[in-house]
Amino acid sequence: MICLGIEGTAHTFGIGIVDSRGNILANVTKTYLPKQGGIHPREAAQFHAANAKTALVEALKSAKLKARDIDLVAFSAGPGLGPCLRTAATAARALACWLDVPIISVNHCIAHIEIGRLIEGAKDPVTLYVSGGNTQVIAFDAGRYRVFGETLDIPIGNCLDVFAREVGLPHPGGPQVERLAREGENYIPLPYVVKGMDLSFSGLMTEAVRKYKDGADLRDICFSLQETAFAALVEVTERALAHTEKREVMLTGGVAANQRLREMMRLMAEEHGARFYVPPREFCQDCGANIAWTGLLAYTHGARQRLEETVVRQRWRTDEVDILWR
Amino acid sequence: MSLIKKGAEANLYLEDFSKVLHPAGAGKVIVKHRVSKEYRVPQLDLRLRESRTALEARLLADAKVAGVPTPAVYEVDRTGMRLVLEFVEGERVKSVLDKLKPAQRHKLCRLIGMQIARLHKAGMVHGDLTTSNMILTKNGKVYFVDFGLGEYDRSLEARGVDLHLLKRALQSTHFRIADKAYAAIIAGYRDELGKSADDIIRRAEEIERRGRYVPREERTWT
Repeated sequence: MICLGIEGTAHTFGIGIVDSRGNILANVTKTYLPKQGGIHPREAAQFHAANAKTALVEALKSAKLKARDIDLVAFSAGPGLGPCLRTAATAARALACWLDVPIISVNHCIAHIEIGRLIEGAKDPVTLYVSGGNTQVIAFDAGRYRVFGETLDIPIGNCLDVFAREVGLPHPGGPQVERLAREGENYIPLPYVVKGMDLSFSGLMTEAVRKYKDGADLRDICFSLQETAFAALVEVTERALAHTEKREVMLTGGVAANQRLREMMRLMAEEHGARFYVPPREFCQDCGANIAWTGLLAYTHGARQRLEETVVRQRWRTDEVDILWR
Repeated sequence: MSLIKKGAEANLYLEDFSKVLHPAGAGKVIVKHRVSKEYRVPQLDLRLRESRTALEARLLADAKVAGVPTPAVYEVDRTGMRLVLEFVEGERVKSVLDKLKPAQRHKLCRLIGMQIARLHKAGMVHGDLTTSNMILTKNGKVYFVDFGLGEYDRSLEARGVDLHLLKRALQSTHFRIADKAYAAIIAGYRDELGKSADDIIRRAEEIERRGRYVPREERTWT
């Protein structure tokens, strides 16, 4: 069976093609870059619509397949930005109708975990999923992916991006902050907020901006911002690991590209004797292959949907989805 | 010393009273050692361990005064980042809650709710209310342990977060019975706190709705 997956939850429009043995035949992504400021949902959606056809043609070409070879269409139904989700859903429905093949909606967060399990061979990890739109600590238990910790306000990627914008660094801010942080030497105390297993980054972000306005060295602030925010993320993951007594840790999402976060997570995993996994960058970021593989897993384990059930859900929770394949 | 639990932020050791404190003493004690984390920058590591050790000792003592069973604090070592605590024998509520008969479970949850109310009334929040942090003893007492994330905070928000976190912990660990257990906890909480509980319960619901992954205002058109 060959599944084509469409990703479109935020700034990336992606088409991936996988077969039922887990071979990734194509993975094409088109990424919207705002001219100024952050992601504008409507502009991002228009970008997706404008790039959908090219992405599809490129994906089929790279997989050396004809459209008729596709047996199943999967798409990201949430969580994400409404206009983007609806655009990707429309593309998926049109394609499924035209090809007369089944369609299946996929939870974006779960897709990140499943591609990691496929590619890295992790069996049952505690996953820290960190991106511009999401921050969750997730572990599997009794048929569902349970959320052990999550942000109470803004995601970590958003915290870094908005901070960067406020101090005049270009979008996306994460890599800029990371680069400057490497040159920082002095740790400036910033609010460290862990509430049980949950996190909060809005106060941290505001305070970091204030320190900048008060004249502190930007490199030191970037360093301190990363150290404080990441320590909180790693602590919550560590708590989930201790609580669930699992033996594997996985880091994924766009912020997984950050080398310092990787190092901290690796040190934590080692201390607990757990194996540590980070999927390759291509699959940490949003892409169609994640969606295609997860849709294929669901379909081959009995999930079915009628077209009118393929509704998008901007705030679709990870722990609402029954995982039929585990 | 024998390591009995390697937690996320501290190691717990079981040790003889006579070895740690005084040769005349009998029985066992718990030594809670907040270990340094290699992944943290040293300044932050020191700040977190020191403040949590000192604060936890005060909270444990004050909670007991407020009528919430907690292990007695025998010693506070702020340079070694160690607490010496009474060893409480019993079972973690985490491992018994699902197994109890509904009536017993209801009773236990009400008691937990009452104890949370006593903490809040005395100006404290626990900060990490999970069933792993509650020990049920043979005589039916529920000890609250691990105040490492606790605070002195009388605000509506802090109390609301405390309740919300417990609800989330129930949903992730005891998902089959989470709703009923939480309802019983809230009933006990309201019993103990009276009318002022309503604002806090409402705030906890509001915090839940505020969350990032909560369905709301979703448009009907797709």
